[in-house]
Amino acid sequence: MITILDIGMNHETAPVELRECIARDPGNASMALASMREVSTIREGFFLSTCNRVEALCITEHPDEARESVISLLSRLGNVPEDNFLSSLFNFEDGEAIKHIFRVASSLDSMVVGEPQILGQIKDAYFEATREKTSGVILNRLLHKAFHVAKRVRTETGVSDAAVSISYAAVELAKKIFYDLEDKKVLLIGAGEMAELAARHLMNQGVSAISVANRTFERAVQVAESFKGNPVSFEEIMGQLLEVDIVISSTASTEHIILHDDVKGSMRKRRNRPLFFIDIAVPRDVEPRVNNLDNVYVYDIDDLKGVIEVNMDQRLQEAVKAERIVEEEVIKFEKWLKTLAVVPTIVSLKEKAETIRLAEIKKSLAGLGKLTPSQMEGVENLTASITEKIINDPILVLKRKADRATRDTYIDMMRKLFKLDSNDGEGE
Amino acid sequence: MMAPLILKLALFLILLAACGFIVYLVKQEKVVYTWSYRILLLGFILHTIHLGYEYYELGVQPVIGIKAALSFFSWAIIGAYLIFHLKFKLMILGSFIAPLAACLMIISSTIPGGEVVVKPIFKSLWLTFHVAISFVGDGMFAVAFMAAIMYLMQERQIKNKRFGSLYSRLPSLETLDTINHYALMYGFPFLTIGMVTGAIYAQAVLGSYWQWDPKEVWSLITWLFYAALLHARVAMGWRGRRAAIMSIIAFLILIFSFIGASLWLSDYHSFKNLEGGTGV
Repeated sequence: MITILDIGMNHETAPVELRECIARDPGNASMALASMREVSTIREGFFLSTCNRVEALCITEHPDEARESVISLLSRLGNVPEDNFLSSLFNFEDGEAIKHIFRVASSLDSMVVGEPQILGQIKDAYFEATREKTSGVILNRLLHKAFHVAKRVRTETGVSDAAVSISYAAVELAKKIFYDLEDKKVLLIGAGEMAELAARHLMNQGVSAISVANRTFERAVQVAESFKGNPVSFEEIMGQLLEVDIVISSTASTEHIILHDDVKGSMRKRRNRPLFFIDIAVPRDVEPRVNNLDNVYVYDIDDLKGVIEVNMDQRLQEAVKAERIVEEEVIKFEKWLKTLAVVPTIVSLKEKAETIRLAEIKKSLAGLGKLTPSQMEGVENLTASITEKIINDPILVLKRKADRATRDTYIDMMRKLFKLDSNDGEGE
Repeated sequence: MMAPLILKLALFLILLAACGFIVYLVKQEKVVYTWSYRILLLGFILHTIHLGYEYYELGVQPVIGIKAALSFFSWAIIGAYLIFHLKFKLMILGSFIAPLAACLMIISSTIPGGEVVVKPIFKSLWLTFHVAISFVGDGMFAVAFMAAIMYLMQERQIKNKRFGSLYSRLPSLETLDTINHYALMYGFPFLTIGMVTGAIYAQAVLGSYWQWDPKEVWSLITWLFYAALLHARVAMGWRGRRAAIMSIIAFLILIFSFIGASLWLSDYHSFKNLEGGTGV
């Protein structure tokens, strides 16, 4: 009986220090695959290593031995004694393992549910496994199904729809205020990781120009350089308010920098063209009353966090739908897996032959006229021995291959050649 | 006998399209939208054929009586929507416009028609021109009205930082404001020309440009309102919320002068009079 094993650690089971130990070296994956190939109890293997997870997926007939080999492999990879990480490992078998890999591919197991990178990472890891020739019939199908599940989850649910990072949420809002960001100008006041990230996102959306203001002009020049923007002095901010459309503010100032009356005055001069303030600073840089002005929108850090929370909730709600899709696909996959055993295949092969034989006799009898009982017996024997002889050799091959590594391939092939899964037309 | 059948078919298609657009609003499936749009287009074409046929039969523009007027208004709204669709490709706009047009069609179809007696005074190319131009303007204003409503819904969500299910479905504020702006810009000349041609015609047949009949007065108020709005937008740089609210008010006045003034207040513009009886 074959078993699917999935052993590893993720952001929930293991601290980052441990994960980075094992995932440190990018060459690890091919090394891991190579040593999995050496282990005789592991028939097929797949190794995934990202910053949030390290896991090995393998097909084996001896789960206990295979598990031990994988654990010692992890220990060697990270140069960590086994006892140090045994408690941080998860360990799934069969149905659980299938479900796990489907969930990982669909980004349901990610730190940020719905983040899109994981699918690409799994695809790369799978490519590596096919290059190292460690994946076989079962893993090929399992991973292709995982990609299929991920695609279904992405198109049928909204788990990856709404923005869940501050900077990205700001960009999404900007897109709901302005028709097109391409002819818009941005002013970045102050500096800071989050503010610069938001500015970078806006640049990716094609904003036409970025100005950077800072208390120290030197710093403004420095930051502006990295954006190919133009530095402006702090005193120029008021003048800039007439030009720009989006203002990202993130200074350490304890007082408001953007005041209600100043914005009100500039709105008249800019003929009410909309103005969007993204205030990431704590304490705030933009006077809250500014939001009351027509055509001016102010979002401070708490507002943006609120947006994200709502989006997060929405993603989690959608995740329930996604889990159902995963369950559905796990059941389908397990059904396929069962057909891989030798005995059921032989049984259904015999059944198929017998069905054909009976149907053909029934068809021919009509044309043969009335037969004596002995003639009838003759027909029965003749047809029975023909069908038996035809399927005899294939059955022998299956039985002989029953405990060899290539057995699954033969079974799979046999089921396809004789079309034993008539309703399983979907494949890959 | 063909005409009622075509009209009924057009009504059915427009109704179907309106339902489709509402389903699209909820479900967000593009295929629903594509079909709704095609059905609407087909309904519009049939409706156009019907109007052309009526015109040919009666020899006047088919806007005699409130029944026909509503039907023509509905046609003008869908026409304006289709024009705006070419420029903005804004799917969601259909979900707001099509139900409005369908409603007018339904109201129109429930009003009993009766035999139409066309008095010779209405058989004039000038008059046809006057009516058609006015309705095209009204259709544009209906689009401006819907865009303004959508703008206010979206603006409220963004200002108050509370996002409902419409937030992701509605387009950006700037898009809605631009639609509102263009609909006003295009609609206003039509309204103006419509009024001028009406006055010239009145001078020709009644001997006076201006009769102070209630419909004329209300139309003038409507025109002044739209003129003020356009001025505020173009010269004073009004945008967004204020302009949206103003264009909603202006459209309500327009509706009042269209239906209210015609039904209850009017003199010779009254639909009652148009259908025969007293009047001019």
